[in-house]
Amino acid sequence: MIQTFAFYLFAVLLIASAVLVITSRNPVHAVLWLIVAFFNGAGLMVLVGAEFIAALLVIVYVGAVAVLFLFVVMMLDIDFAELRAGFIRHFPLGVLIALVLLAEIVLGVGAYRAGALELGAAGVAAEPIAGRSNIDNIGALLYTRYLFLFESAGLILLVAMIGAIVLTHRERPGSHKTHQNIDRQVRRRPQDATVMTRPDVGQGVEL
Amino acid sequence: MTRTFMDWGLSYEWAWGLATIAGILLIALPLMLAVAMIIYVDRKVWAAMALRRGPNVVGPFGLLQSFADGLKVFLQETIIPSAANKGLFLIAPIITFTVALAAWAVVPFNSGAVLADINIGLLYILAISSLGVYGVVISGWASNSKYPFFSAMRAAAQMISYEVSIGFILVCVVLYAGTFNMNGIIEAQRGHGLGIVNAYAFNLLLFPIWVMFLISSLAETARAPFDLTEAESELVAGYQTEYSSMSFALFWLGEYANVLLMCALNAILFFGGWLPPLDWAPLYLVPGWIWLFAKIFAFFFIFSWVKATVPRYRYDQLMRLGWKVFLPLSLLFVVLVSGWLMVTRYERSPHTALCPSLDNAELAARGAAPQGSPCVRENLT
Repeated sequence: MIQTFAFYLFAVLLIASAVLVITSRNPVHAVLWLIVAFFNGAGLMVLVGAEFIAALLVIVYVGAVAVLFLFVVMMLDIDFAELRAGFIRHFPLGVLIALVLLAEIVLGVGAYRAGALELGAAGVAAEPIAGRSNIDNIGALLYTRYLFLFESAGLILLVAMIGAIVLTHRERPGSHKTHQNIDRQVRRRPQDATVMTRPDVGQGVEL
Repeated sequence: MTRTFMDWGLSYEWAWGLATIAGILLIALPLMLAVAMIIYVDRKVWAAMALRRGPNVVGPFGLLQSFADGLKVFLQETIIPSAANKGLFLIAPIITFTVALAAWAVVPFNSGAVLADINIGLLYILAISSLGVYGVVISGWASNSKYPFFSAMRAAAQMISYEVSIGFILVCVVLYAGTFNMNGIIEAQRGHGLGIVNAYAFNLLLFPIWVMFLISSLAETARAPFDLTEAESELVAGYQTEYSSMSFALFWLGEYANVLLMCALNAILFFGGWLPPLDWAPLYLVPGWIWLFAKIFAFFFIFSWVKATVPRYRYDQLMRLGWKVFLPLSLLFVVLVSGWLMVTRYERSPHTALCPSLDNAELAARGAAPQGSPCVRENLT
């Protein structure tokens, strides 16, 4: 009973917040609704027994990605009226994307109704093994069967990271002045930085 | 506790619900009391180190100072800036407070005395503590004021930076313990040091990690040397500038609840949680929660000590420490720890080391045994 209740609660909140993401006028509110949507998604994951995926969803998407979203949206002064100006022009593209998404949903539901996908040998569908947490199961599959896929995903992420660093890093002329040399800063002593003088009245100090 | 309620003749659902509510109250109310007292301790320690007396007027030794402050704040008028985003402005402190309380759900106070004994306890803590940043960011933005906004920016960058290295540090501990469950991690520390010390911190490989974790937990809770989010000389009071009355108090409570949580995490992950320091029978006569509280208190003393003695970091130094020092070091230690465990724990069976927890029959049953899979091939031949 309580599972059903929780499912409908999470599902309704998920859909409602997803709708609010695209309808809210303020971009910051949109990002916050997106976070609520992620959160309810994580709740649904817990309900199907995939608590590891749920925790990862919260850590990665809510904890890191959405914070960066929020960061950018808060700093950029996005004018939504300006964004809406091209509505008619972009309408066909929007319809195309909507059709693709619809086709995907239809395919997904169709595939689901056709029955479980049989992976690997012996015609045994993957079932959760009793008495083992799904971290163990995911780990065992990830590091044996999907080892190469896993490592290539890691490699792609590494390339993306290096790419982002290269794109944002630029050599400024005279950048040695702005570069912090921590070692030098720590070694600095008062006598290096200050001059003790006893100037005559009205003479001032020669620097 | 569910069983007790079931003995009273309630059905399982009702018993479970009542037990959960009772458990939440049993954790949250003492926690609030502890926060009030720990604020007093913080001020006293700080004062003693500055050769002052600290709070000494309200109640004996000033013990009731925090309650007097609480009452004062409660009676104040709530001021909402006219240009603020009203809803978000009010939600932000609630988020901070709720998140700080929610993380305590998986903290074990004794063997089995835990509200939610879940498999992914540590991941849950990581997930919840990564939500803490939203309270700060939202309050900074919703206040519609310069200083809170700067503070929010700083807080977001700081928390994300240190979460990365905390994640790697936790991976090291989990590798040693072999589980994400908090009770499991504590049990794994029983007799870890020379068969007698119940702690990970005295392991030569884990000691540097613990030092990093202690410093990162200071940064994660924005405590003293890293309290740039509320650096009063630069940002007035940071994200709390526009807040007054109960919304201000909620920030305050949430912050200290987070500090206590970080102290508890230090105790649980590296100092054996509710286990006594030594694996020696007479020490087990003292109940586990007393050991845990003593350890939390010791760590809190370290936190206030640091607050009283260490000057505040500059922001670029903070970022440098997080990204250029802790991140590479913790990554290095993940490699070192897993290598060491590979050599010591799984030495005798190199092929099962690749999949230690899953035997071949199960792998085959899951359809996960194609020809190339190394740990299966070894056993077939």
